[in-house]
Amino acid sequence: MTRLNEIRELTRVRVVLFFREPEAIFWVFIFPLVLAAVLGFAFRSAGVEPSKVAVVQGEGIQRLLEAFQRDEDLDVEVYEDRQEAFDKLRKAAVDALIEPGDPPRLAFDPDRAEAATARLRVQRALTLAMDGGVDAPLGLEPVTETGSRYVDFLFPGLLGMNLMGTGMWGIGFAIADVRRRKFLKRLMVTPMRRSSFFLSFILSRLVFLFLEIVILASFGRWVLGVPFEGDLISFSIVCLLGAITFAGLGILVASRVRTIEGVSGLMNLVMMPMWLASGVFFSYERFPDAIHPVLRLLPLTGLIDALRAIMIDGESIWQQGPESALLAGWCVLTFLVALKIFRWE
Amino acid sequence: MRPAHRHVTPLRNDRVDAQTGIGSEIGNGDDVTVVARGLVKRYGDLVAVDGIDFQVRRGTCLGVLGPNGAGKTTTIEILEGLKTPDGGHVEVLGRSWSESRREIQERIGVQLQETEFQDKLTVLELLRMFRSFYREGSDIEEVVRTIGLLEKRRAQVKTLSGGQKQRLAVGCALLSRPEILFLDEPTSGLDPQARRRLWEVIETFKAGGGTVVLTSHHMEEAERLADDLIIIDHGRVIARGSPKAIIASLGAESVVQFSLAGADPRQLSDEELRTLQGVRSARYEGSEISLSVVRTQAAIAGLFKLIERRGLVLDDLHTHRPTLEDVFVSLTGKHLRDD
Ligand SMILES: Nc1ncnc2c1ncn2[C@@H]1O[C@H](COP(=O)(O)OP(=O)(O)O)[C@@H](O)[C@H]1O
Ligand SMILES: [Mg+2]
Repeated sequence: MTRLNEIRELTRVRVVLFFREPEAIFWVFIFPLVLAAVLGFAFRSAGVEPSKVAVVQGEGIQRLLEAFQRDEDLDVEVYEDRQEAFDKLRKAAVDALIEPGDPPRLAFDPDRAEAATARLRVQRALTLAMDGGVDAPLGLEPVTETGSRYVDFLFPGLLGMNLMGTGMWGIGFAIADVRRRKFLKRLMVTPMRRSSFFLSFILSRLVFLFLEIVILASFGRWVLGVPFEGDLISFSIVCLLGAITFAGLGILVASRVRTIEGVSGLMNLVMMPMWLASGVFFSYERFPDAIHPVLRLLPLTGLIDALRAIMIDGESIWQQGPESALLAGWCVLTFLVALKIFRWE
Repeated sequence: MRPAHRHVTPLRNDRVDAQTGIGSEIGNGDDVTVVARGLVKRYGDLVAVDGIDFQVRRGTCLGVLGPNGAGKTTTIEILEGLKTPDGGHVEVLGRSWSESRREIQERIGVQLQETEFQDKLTVLELLRMFRSFYREGSDIEEVVRTIGLLEKRRAQVKTLSGGQKQRLAVGCALLSRPEILFLDEPTSGLDPQARRRLWEVIETFKAGGGTVVLTSHHMEEAERLADDLIIIDHGRVIARGSPKAIIASLGAESVVQFSLAGADPRQLSDEELRTLQGVRSARYEGSEISLSVVRTQAAIAGLFKLIERRGLVLDDLHTHRPTLEDVFVSLTGKHLRDD
C-alpha cells in the first residue's frame, strides 16, 4: 500500500520535472523529428543528380555545348575566366572543368565519386556526338518503391538512437542531479525503498517512451512515408526492451558520478561508439568484417537491427531471437552492476 | 504530535549538572529517546568526533553547539543512521540502526544541512512525495499550516525565500509525525526575522511533546531552544548542561568590555586587571579588553580609578550578562562565529 503509493509519487515527480524542462522536451520530441526530416530530405535522391560541369570560353566551345546539350545528365555552366571556373572546381561546386581544344581537356578530382561520374558522362556525350551513334540497348528499371529509399533505412536507426539518447540522458542527468543536490542523501534518511527509487525512473521513462514513439512513428509514417511492414506488437516489444536496456545503462553510467560534467563526459564516452558503429546512418557492414561480431554485441546495434527487420522486412519479434536476447542480457547485466556499485551519498 | 499513549515525562531540570553531564543513568523505558556513548568517527587521520556521550530525554531539545568543523554534522548524521561510527554505540528510540533501520526511520524526521530541493517542484508536490514514504504520518495540509507556507503551497521551490525553503525542509521532516526531529543548523544563513519564524515552528513541535536534536553555531538559538546543551570543539564535549547551568559555570555576574582611546590595550597588564576588585579574569581581543566580572559595580569603579591613575582615556565601555559565547571564548580562546 505504502509501497505502491511511494512508487506512484516518485514517478509522478519525475514526470512533472521532465515536463517543466523545456530543453528536455526539445531534445526528446522535436530534435529527432528535425533530424529525420533534414536527413531524409538531404539524401532524398542521392545518385540521380545531374553532373555539374564548367566549360571555359574558347575556340571550339560551340561543338562541345552541342554535344552536352543532348545529355540531360549534364548541367553546363559557361565561364569566361578559367581561374574562376577552377575555383568552383576546387570547392566542388562543379564536378568537372572542360576546356575546348583539340582534344578538349577535362580537369576533375578522381577521388570524388561525383567527379568520376561526370567524367564518364562527358566522355559518353563526346563519343556519341563524334560518331553520331546510339547507346547500346539496355532495359532500365528505376527502383523508387518505399522500403528501399535512404530515409527508410535511416528512420529505424534514428528511432533506436533516440531511444538510447533519451533513456541515457534523461536518467543519467536526473540521477547525477539528485546526488549533487544531496537530495539522494535526504531520501536515505526516510524509509523509502531503494527499489522504488529505481523503479520510478523506469516507469517515468516508459511514460515518455510511449509519447516519443507515438509522435516519432506517426511522423515517419505519415510525413516521410516510411513503411511499417511488421506487426505493432513486435514493434512495441522491441521499443520497450530497448528503452529499459538503455535506462539500465543510464543508471549504470550515473551510478557513481557526482557532477553533471562528470556524467556528460561518461555518457558521451559510452554513446559515441554506438552512434558511429551501430548502423544509425549507414550499415555497420561497411566496417571490416573482422569487427562485425563485436559491433553486433552493442545494444544499439541489436536494437536497430531488430527495428529494421520489423519495420522494413516485416519480420516478427520471434524472428529476432538473438537481438532480443542481446538486449535482455544487457538489461540484466547493467542493472545488476548498477545496483552493486550505486553511490547513495 | 504523537498520540497520547507515548506520555511525556516532566522535565527534571535539577538533574542537569554542568560538570557530570546530562543524566547519569542510561535509557531505560520510554524516558530517554537517544543514547550516544563514546562516539568516534575518523576521516583518515582526522578524528572528527572524538568520544562524545549524551542522552536526550523525551520531550526535550538537545542543542549541539560548536564552531564550524567542530563535528556537529558528523555527530548528528551518526544519530540519523547516515554514518556508521568507528567506535561507540547509538540507540534511537531504544533500537539500534543495524537491527531496526526502517522502524527508526519511520519514527524520526530529519533536516540535513545541505539538501537542495528540486527548484521546479511545488511545495505540495514535494511534501506529497515525502509523505508517501511513511506508513503513518501527518496530514499534509496541517504541516503546510505549521510551517506557514499555506499561501505558497502551489508555488515552485525556486520562488521561495531562504527562510521559506528552510521551513519547507523542516516541513518535510515533520511529515512522518516524528517522535524525534533532527535539525542540522536549520537557521544558518537566515536573517533574524526568518530565524525567529523557524524557531516558532520548532517550538510548536516541542509543545506537542516532540523531542528535538539541534545543532547550531548560534548561541542565541541554543539558549532559546535547548533544554540541554553540549558544547563541542574538535570533536570533544567541552561543556554540558542546561544553557543556564553552563552560563552559571562561568561564575560571572557580567562581562565588561572596553577599549582605550589611542592606546594599546596591553598598556594595562593582565595582572593589574585580574587583581581589580570584583574581576575574575581578563582577556585581550584585538583593541578591546573583556573582563569577566563577579561584582559589576565594584569592578567598574576600580577600573575607572586604574585608568585615571595610569593617565589613559577610556574609549568605549559596555557590559552584558554572560552568554554562551562568553563561555565558549573562556574555554577555547576563540569565538563560535567568525562574523
Ligand atoms: N566526508 C568527509 N571526509 C573528510 N573529512 C570530513 C568529512 N566530513 C567532515 N569532515 C571533517 O570533519 C570535521 C568535522 O566536520 P563536521 O562534522 O561537518 O563539522 P561541523 O558540522 O561542526 O561544521 C571537519 O574538519 C571536516 O572537514
Ligand atoms: Mg555542519
